Amino acid sequence: MTETLLLIGILALFGVGLYGMMILHNFIKLVIALQILTKTAVLAFVIAGEMNGQIQLGQSLALTVIVADTMVAVVGLALAVQVRRHFGTLDIRALSTLKR
Amino acid sequence: MEFLPLLIGSVAFAVFAVRAVRLLHAALWLAGVSILISLMLYRLGAWEIAIIELSVGAGLVTVLFVFAIAVIGDEAVSVRSLTPKSLAAALTAAVLILLCLFLFPLPVEENPTVQVETTFAVSFWQDRVLDALLQVMLIFAGVLGVMGLLDDPKPRVAASSAAQAENTAPHDEESIADSHLEEERV
Repeated sequence: MTETLLLIGILALFGVGLYGMMILHNFIKLVIALQILTKTAVLAFVIAGEMNGQIQLGQSLALTVIVADTMVAVVGLALAVQVRRHFGTLDIRALSTLKR
Repeated sequence: MEFLPLLIGSVAFAVFAVRAVRLLHAALWLAGVSILISLMLYRLGAWEIAIIELSVGAGLVTVLFVFAIAVIGDEAVSVRSLTPKSLAAALTAAVLILLCLFLFPLPVEENPTVQVETTFAVSFWQDRVLDALLQVMLIFAGVLGVMGLLDDPKPRVAASSAAQAENTAPHDEESIADSHLEEERV
């Protein structure tokens, strides 16, 4: 019962992050939506390890995801700062040069 | 049922983070999501992961978000959709339905073989050495990212424009001298 509840919560969090990734067009808000998705992955790894009896493996993978998640946030924020300096906006539609 | 308030709170904070108008508020709601997820991890028995998530996810990442927002300005963002909201909602629902088809009914083992004899540290440092190396590489990538975050292009632009001015000045003098020679010939 607890695992089912946790998985439903994980699916809800995943849905919020995915929906945010699709509708948002601000660079920093996109990074925030990506962070929600990766935090969902961390929780899912730990719960999957608990369910399959491989607790340590799930926790190791969760730690790797946390590190990767942090680095994605850092690189994404650096990109956002540089985009703001060069284009004057955080709107990702301004980055598209294919229309010009 | 002990996880229900934490789950509802984390989903609500995530919705607030996505729908927040100001960037700083969105970053703070995201920190709230991270805190609640670390509480859930602690309740699940993953104490090390909970502490790391709390310190890195709720601490370091939030500080980086606040720093970046302070650098570029906390502008109000419109929640206007990039793709049609109905299409985004339909795609999200389709993905969630597919995930539910994969996940349920849960493949829970009757008698899971719990590896009690190994600890997290032993499993991570001995069995998952490649993960540790990968994390070192990722941390180096993050350091480069921080350098990009702190890099200020203005002095470079000023220096390059000064160098261009120096390069063009002698060229102009040469062209002026050439024009004088041509006038003398005429």
